[in-house]
Formats: sequence, C-alpha cells, structure tokens
Amino acid sequence: MTTHPDPVRDTPEAYSAPAQPTEPLAQPTAPAAAPARPATADWTDGVDTVPRAGGTPGELQPYTELGLRDDEYDRIRQILGRRPTQSELAMYSIMWSEHCSYKSSKVHLRQFGEKAPHSDRLLAGIGENAGVVQVSDELAVTFKVESHNHPSFVEPYQGAATGVGGIVRDILAMGARPIAVMDPLRFGAADHPDTARVLTGVVAGVGGYGNCLGLPNIGGELVFDPSYQGNPLLNALCLGVLPVSRLQNKAAAGPGNVVVLMGAKTGRDGIGGVSVLASATFDEGSEARRPAVQVGDPFTEKLLIEACLELYDGQLVVGIQDLGGAGLTCALTETAAAAGTGMRVWLERVPLREPSMDPHEILASESQERMLLVVEPEKLDAVLKTAEKWGVLATAIGEVTAPEPDGRPGRLLITWQDHLVVDVPPGSLVDDGPVYARPMREPADLILLQADRAETLPRPADPEALRETVLRMIASPNLADKTWVTEQYDRYVLGNTVLAQPEDGGVIRIDERTGLGVALSLDGNGRYARLDPYNGTKLALAEAYRNVAVTGATPIAVTNCLNFGSPEDPGVMWQFAEAVRGLADGCLELGIPVTGGNVSFYNQTGAAPIHPTPVVGVLGVLDNVADRVPMGFVPRPGGDHDQLYLLGETNVELSGSEWAWVTHEHLGGIPPQVDLLREKALAELLAEAARVGHLASAHDLSDGGLAQSLVESCLRRGVGARIAVPEQFAGGSMPFVYLFSESATRALVSVPRGHDKAFAALCAERGVPFELIGVTDPTGGALEVHGQFRIGLDELRTAHTETLPRLFGGAAAVEVPAPAAGVAGAVEGVPLPGTPAEPVDASEVLSEPIASAGPSPQTGAVDPVGSEQPGESSESDPGAAEPSPDER
Amino acid sequence: MTARVGVVTFPGSLDDGDAARAVRIAGAEPVRLWHGDPDLHGVDAVVLPGGFSYGDYLRCGAIARFAPVMETLVDAARGGLPVLGICNGFQILCEAHLLPGALTRNQHLHFRNRDQVLRVESAGTAWTNAFQPGQEILIPVKNGEGCYVADAATLDQLEAEGRVVARYVGGNPNGSLRDIAAITNSAGNVVGIMPHPEHAVEALTGPSLDGLGFFTSVLKHLVGAPA
Repeated sequence: MTTHPDPVRDTPEAYSAPAQPTEPLAQPTAPAAAPARPATADWTDGVDTVPRAGGTPGELQPYTELGLRDDEYDRIRQILGRRPTQSELAMYSIMWSEHCSYKSSKVHLRQFGEKAPHSDRLLAGIGENAGVVQVSDELAVTFKVESHNHPSFVEPYQGAATGVGGIVRDILAMGARPIAVMDPLRFGAADHPDTARVLTGVVAGVGGYGNCLGLPNIGGELVFDPSYQGNPLLNALCLGVLPVSRLQNKAAAGPGNVVVLMGAKTGRDGIGGVSVLASATFDEGSEARRPAVQVGDPFTEKLLIEACLELYDGQLVVGIQDLGGAGLTCALTETAAAAGTGMRVWLERVPLREPSMDPHEILASESQERMLLVVEPEKLDAVLKTAEKWGVLATAIGEVTAPEPDGRPGRLLITWQDHLVVDVPPGSLVDDGPVYARPMREPADLILLQADRAETLPRPADPEALRETVLRMIASPNLADKTWVTEQYDRYVLGNTVLAQPEDGGVIRIDERTGLGVALSLDGNGRYARLDPYNGTKLALAEAYRNVAVTGATPIAVTNCLNFGSPEDPGVMWQFAEAVRGLADGCLELGIPVTGGNVSFYNQTGAAPIHPTPVVGVLGVLDNVADRVPMGFVPRPGGDHDQLYLLGETNVELSGSEWAWVTHEHLGGIPPQVDLLREKALAELLAEAARVGHLASAHDLSDGGLAQSLVESCLRRGVGARIAVPEQFAGGSMPFVYLFSESATRALVSVPRGHDKAFAALCAERGVPFELIGVTDPTGGALEVHGQFRIGLDELRTAHTETLPRLFGGAAAVEVPAPAAGVAGAVEGVPLPGTPAEPVDASEVLSEPIASAGPSPQTGAVDPVGSEQPGESSESDPGAAEPSPDER
Repeated sequence: MTARVGVVTFPGSLDDGDAARAVRIAGAEPVRLWHGDPDLHGVDAVVLPGGFSYGDYLRCGAIARFAPVMETLVDAARGGLPVLGICNGFQILCEAHLLPGALTRNQHLHFRNRDQVLRVESAGTAWTNAFQPGQEILIPVKNGEGCYVADAATLDQLEAEGRVVARYVGGNPNGSLRDIAAITNSAGNVVGIMPHPEHAVEALTGPSLDGLGFFTSVLKHLVGAPA
C-alpha cells in the first residue's frame, strides 16, 4: 500500500481475492434450450438473464437504436439459438459496429496484408494492438496512429486527452514503454469562431494528457480547411520501445488462469462512447452526446504504465489487453477468441465508480485507464502486490476456461450476482461480425474538379508581387509557425528527444549506449486526396517517407489513419478504396510494410464529407542519432557559407497547392506526380550523405514549395541565404513556379565546404537530380533571391510567427467575422453553402481549460457548421449508422 | 569517493530518470529514492524531479509534501543537506515550507515549453557555485504552473539577502513576480528552480550544456563541505 493519500484508490475491496472456484454454471445454453422458467417470467432482480431470454423469444429489443440492422440482429439470434439478453445485445451491437468490426473497410484493408513486402523486422503486424518492428538484436519499437475525431468535436479537451490515452495503452499492451507521442490535427477555417473553441480545447487536451504522462510530443500536423469545420480530426500516434524478449500478446491462454482487471474503476462515462459517437454522422443533437465522451485521468495512466512494465519485467502476465473502445466487452472477447479458450467472469467483482450500474453498462463502459491481465494463479499475489506498489486497483474478476471437449473454442460466461447474463462464443463477437462490400462510385464532380487546373490561375510575375506572395504564404495559417501550439507540449521529458517539431521528422534515441534511434513523421494532404485519392495517398506516404529520410534515417515501416466521410456514401467509399489501394501499392513499391492503422468513417456533417484524409506515418531507423540531420541552416563562425542544393525535379505543379488555396481559394486539377522509386533513390542518397557527414542541413519540400523550405531553414537558427533561380525558370512567372510549385520528391540540403564535390558525385551516382542554387549567408541576415527580392530575417520571422497567436492567443481570435463555411471539394465559382457563425463570448472561449486541468467546462457556444442546409439531404441515417473503426 | 545524489520518485514524477542521468553525467552516482520510503540511504544530496506528483489535481506538490520521504528530507535539509527542487520539485519545496512563496498557474493560462535564457543571480548556493554571478545560461522551461508569487515583503527579503538564484531574461514565460526563476533558502543548500537544468546536459538532446553546472556545483560543494 502506498502510505499516503492516493486519489486513485480509496476502497478496501480494491485488492480482492483471487477468483474463487465456483460451481460450474448451468450448462451453456444450447440452442433452443428449454426456458428455465415460464416465458412470462419477470426480470430476475431487474436483470435480463440467459434463461429468461430463452423463455421470452418474442420480447422486443431495441437493436435498431443500438445501430444493428435487421439481418444483423437475426444473425445474432441464429448464433445464440435464442434472442440475446440485454447484456449480449449491447455487446454484439458494440463489437459489430463499424468502429470495432471494420465491416465496411475490411474487404479493402486486406490489401495491406496481400501486397505487403516481406520484412524480417516485423514481430507483430496488422490485427495486433500495434505493429512491432525489430530495430536491433535486442530492441524493437512499436507505433500506431489512431483517431479520436468525433469525441474531439463534441468535447475537445477530453476527446483529445483520451485520444492520447487510448493509443498509449495500445502501445503499452504490446510490452513496450511508451516513449513519445505525435498529433496530426485538422480543424475548420482558421478564422472561423468555432475553430478557436475546438483548437484551443484539443491542444490543451493533447498537452494536458501527454505532459502529465511524461511523454514528449515530437511532431504532428496542424491543418486548417473548411471541410473540417464540423468534423475536426484528432489523430494521435504513440511510439514505444521494448526488449524483443518482452513482447506481449493478448491471448487468454491457459485454462485456470486468472483474469485481472487493473486500473481505474468502471463508471458510466463513455458508455457507447466511441462506438456510438463514431457510428453516426453529426446532426443537431451532437451536443447532447457529450456524456458519451470519456474522461481522462493521466495520473492513473502513468501509474498503469509503470505497473504494467514491472509486471512484464517480472514475467508475471500470460496475456494483456488494453480497454479502449468497447471496454470490457472487447477485452474479454478478444483475449478469449485469440486463445480459443472460454472465460468465466463474475461481473459484480468489477470495481465500480457508480454502484447502480447495470451489467450491460459495465460491459459497455469505456472508462479510461484500464487493462485486462491474464495471470497464472500462483503469480496472482505478485501481480496484486505490484499494483499495490503503484497505487493501482487490481481485481481478479474471472478465470480462463477450457475449450469445448470437441475442440471448439470455449464460451464466455458472465454472471451478475449469480445470474447468468452472458453466454456467447467469444469468436462470434470478434471474428464473425458482418462484412460489407459497400457500393462505390467515383464522385460525379471529380471530372470537373480535375479539369479545373490551378496551373491556369493568374500568377505573380514580377519581383514585387513575388516578394509579397512569399510574405503572405508564410503567414497563412497552414504554413505559419506552429509554436503557439507546440510550446504547449513537453518535448524534453525522458531526455531522448533528438529532433522534434518543427523539424521534418521527430527523432528519438532509444539506446543511450549505442545511440540507436528512430525517426517518425506523419503526413497527409486532404486536398491532394480529394483530387485523386489513389495518388493523393501515395503522396502522403511519399512525404512522410521523405520527412524521415531527410533526418538521415532509413524508413522501415508504415502506420496509417484513414479519415473519411460516410461509407454509406458510394462516393466516399470509392475514395476510401482508392486510398487503400494507393497506400498498399505505395508500400509495396517502397518495400516497407504497413504494420497497423486505424479507420475513421462518418466524418461528415449532413451530406458534406471531409476531404478524404489518409494520414500516413513512416518510421525510420538511425543507427546513431549523432548522425541526424536537422532542417536549419548552420551558423558558421567566421561567416563561412555552406552550399545549397535542391535535389529532385521541379515541374509546373500548382493544382491542390497551398498557394492555389491561399491566394485563389482554389481546389482543382491533378495533384503533383508521384514516383516512389525516385523517392526511394532520394531517401537512400540522403541516408548515405548523412552517414558520411555531407549534410549540414536537409529539409523536405512539400506544402508551400521551395519558398517555404528556404524560409523555415533560414529562421530555424537565424541564418540567411542567397539563391539564384536557374535559367530554365527565368522570366515571367517562372521564378514564382520555381519557388511555389509543390512537385514531390525534392529536398533542400546545405553542404559544408569540402564536401560539395563528393556530394555532387554521390547524387550523380545515385541518379538523383541535383542543382546548386546558392549559399547560406550567416552574416547577411536575409533571404535573397537574386534579381527578385531580398527579405530580412526579422521581417520573415514576424510574418511567419504572428498568425497563430493573433488567431488563438487572445480575445481577438473570436472577433474575426466568420467566412462562409466551405464544403468538401469546393470548386471556384460555385457558391459555398455556409452557416453564418454566431458570435462567441470571448470570455467563454478564454476560459477553455488549460494544461493539466481535469474535466473541463464546455464552452463553445457556436453551432457546428453544417447543421443540415435546406435542400440537402442526409445520406446517412444516424439511427442505422455504424462507427468508425480502429484498425486492423 | 563518488558523491551519491538521491533522486526521489513520487507517483507521477516524470523527469526522475532525466535528473538521474544528469547526476551521472556530472560524475556522481545517482541513487533512486522512493516516496514511500523515509530512508534517504545515506545520500549526499537530493534532487526532487519534475513531473505531476499525484497528478497535481490538487495544488501542485500539496500531496507529495506528505510523503514519508519528505519527513526525513525536510529535517535533513534543515540540517544542511543540499536539495534541488526542479519544477514540480520546486513546488513541493514551497509546499513543504523549505522555500517561501508559491508557484501558481501561468499568467497566460497555457502550459509553455521553450528554451529560456536565465541570468544566474546568485552563485553562492550549493547548486550554482559553478556559475559566475550575472552569467546568462540557456535551459528549457516547461510548466503549466510556474508563476512564482510571494508577498512584497518576502520578495524584498529574498532580493536583499541575495536569495534570488536566477531570473528569466528575454521574456518571462509564466508571469513570475520580478522574473524569478529560482530561489534558495537562507543557508543556500536548498534551491528551487522552475526551468529544467537536467534537460540541458547533452548536446544531442538539449539546447545547451548549461544545465550541467547545477549538478557539478553540488559536487564541488560536497568536496568543500565538512563531512
């Protein structure tokens, strides 16, 4: 016992005795078992029991309200040979939801396995809590990205906080110590008043949870686009490290082993949370769903982490599974199904926050910070002792039972105060869920959209206009400095952060002795994917891959979070299928496997889906983090110049670009070409150049093109640069094209004197196009493009850094008039449906909870954009909808 | 003989490993101490690390000060044992009344993590004797509740007695009164500092190596101190 007050544990029954052997239960109810009592029986102590269900086959059940279709309900009856009890119905409805069953995405996601390149490194892949990749003889890393989009719109602080908490437990369940987090975030228009509500809450939630957990935040994304106005995206990634020998699995093996629930008490928070919330498209009732968002307690999670790691090191657990979406239901059925065993659970032993909870509520609760352990009986005492040391509740709630004598998997039997309330084959919930090949159709507007190319837009064609464009672009919300957000995150804790935002990739040292480290980047571009989901997804993969490569790391594995609208919309389903095909093909071309991921559907308001937004994460290895290459130009004593090279080819590629959006609010055309074999050649060149010390800096080119990369590399350490536009880009608007085209497969590197010849030779040998474009200028204090403009670093810095503080740093943020709210795929010239935003009380917005505050008062007073517009019809019926999956 | 420097782990401590690493890099032997164990195991100095002890759901450090290890530590500190409280450790030292004043929510209400310039005002403490008075150093600051407050009389006294150990320079990251980043007790053996010297001890992972001075200082102090 800890000897002083501990908010986590205050009840003596916390450490309950091991499960007592009990009399065998009534035989598992065979199909069509005789009713145990008259069919008219009253509920037993208010509980719908298995015998009662057998005796009341005609009782009406609210399966539609729970999101089940007629045929799905019929199938459950067929599996059980009777109607399900209330608890069983709750369990099936959750486990067969989109979120848990991937019923709409499964048929497509198979490609990740079928097209997977061979990898000797993969220790655990798709289907596990997270993919595990071996990085040295002794060490492996595990990483995964997940969405918590819907909760983060309803309750930004807690939605974001528990999004972080959930992915951290996935990593923990693999046997790893979580060592870093990242957070790709997408919001509506930066100057829309509701964005200030959602963004400030989400950022405070990500920081509040991650900081309190002691995990450095090493990168992410911050993207604004009107298509996310009513559907912000909160994706969260966690990285963990483990000795190869400590890999855990979730199988509840070994009949007679004890099932232990460890962590927070179970409450009513989050009942139906992700599973219900993510199942339905938002409508005007969204605010009423707030109680379904879980509430996070990072302190308990921190204790849970330490306790689990101690259990792993003591080899005290046989199997472990985190409790996330679908709570106990998911953990019990998945652990049993994975082992083919059965399980016997005494539900009344589950420590409750609210004693009045019904069995089906306990089974469905998504209370955070809980883990399910499978423990050999003789090790139970040691397990409870470890939990006690860390002040975490641990309770034996059941035991593993043997498979059926005929070899079939065992059954899951759950009693509530001696009443049998659940008797199911666990695999039927986990593996036998419905699978849909939903109709798909290319969106009708796509041809017109692609024909409306940004390359035809008017471009800046003189030096003054170009200078103004540079300043305008670097100040635009998507390209502006993100410090206002990232400084709310701890990036130093654990002392192994080698690179963090704003660098292209985060780099974490995982072995202090050898310097071994990993690099990570997450990228996505909804506009590109809207214009071409197949190539747009490949572009996201290419960018993340390149961002890892410019740090000097060698990319080895991929994770993904696929954020889309409603799968019931054939257009969305087509986008999804194309995106998956693009990612699977891309990974095959690059030779790195997808190790896991997550699907989030129903990100749409009314009939307007978000831009299809596949976010792709790439992990790389650095044998020695001392070789890492940062993005900033390096100050040289004495003012020495490094040489600047642009690697890759620049073409006239402006469609889908940040420039087209910022200056023309234009989205149309075909996104930049992507050639992954060239991408691979570039990455190999960068890794080799980093290893031999040719590179002083390296920076990826993506949104905002060369201009953005130059400015960022200059401002990072206050070192100017002088460049010249190559001859073939001279004249008219071509200098602009050179600076703002978003052609892929490019990087800006600075090479110290003495290395230039060798570097150029290496580029030639690897067949990577390279061009000397200028030099760094440590004493000049400016960025100069010869014959075009010269902008002082102070002026650049001011333009680059003032935007986010102006938007979100104070009351000014909410006084900006709301622009028309755009919808996905806005095409220039087409009026956008918009909801005039209501003014927000500045004091309310400012009172948004910060940092480590606990449950936060909800403040946003603004209606989500996109409450149904007159004349629009909702394509998805919230009542019949399903949710969004997790990953597999 | 190598000095042994204790690093206390409370439930919710986060930078304990980093503090231990800094002690090691400075050339001393880190000794991990546990909040529930009142025994200081004969260490020569103690670091109370950063983090969120007990989640800091109550006032920061308010619960940690009641930990068994603190009972012993308070007495030892009054007897001259060098103690450095970093961030949450500073908050705990204030709650334990080893240092005056309190750390409150940042004035701008946000958690803030940045590389911060400090000016070392007092090089006479057990933890800062490796610096020159007036020396400017760069170390990370990261806190949500780092705004140092005390009544005017206390602040005047701290300044008059040379007990302001470091001040923020080039921008006050949290609204601390008189830009105070670190203070000491009247004996100079107990120091509380809001920024994180333990995160500035390696070129690869920190903004500078300036943080190392705090840990080498205590070694110097121990060598000079009567056994």
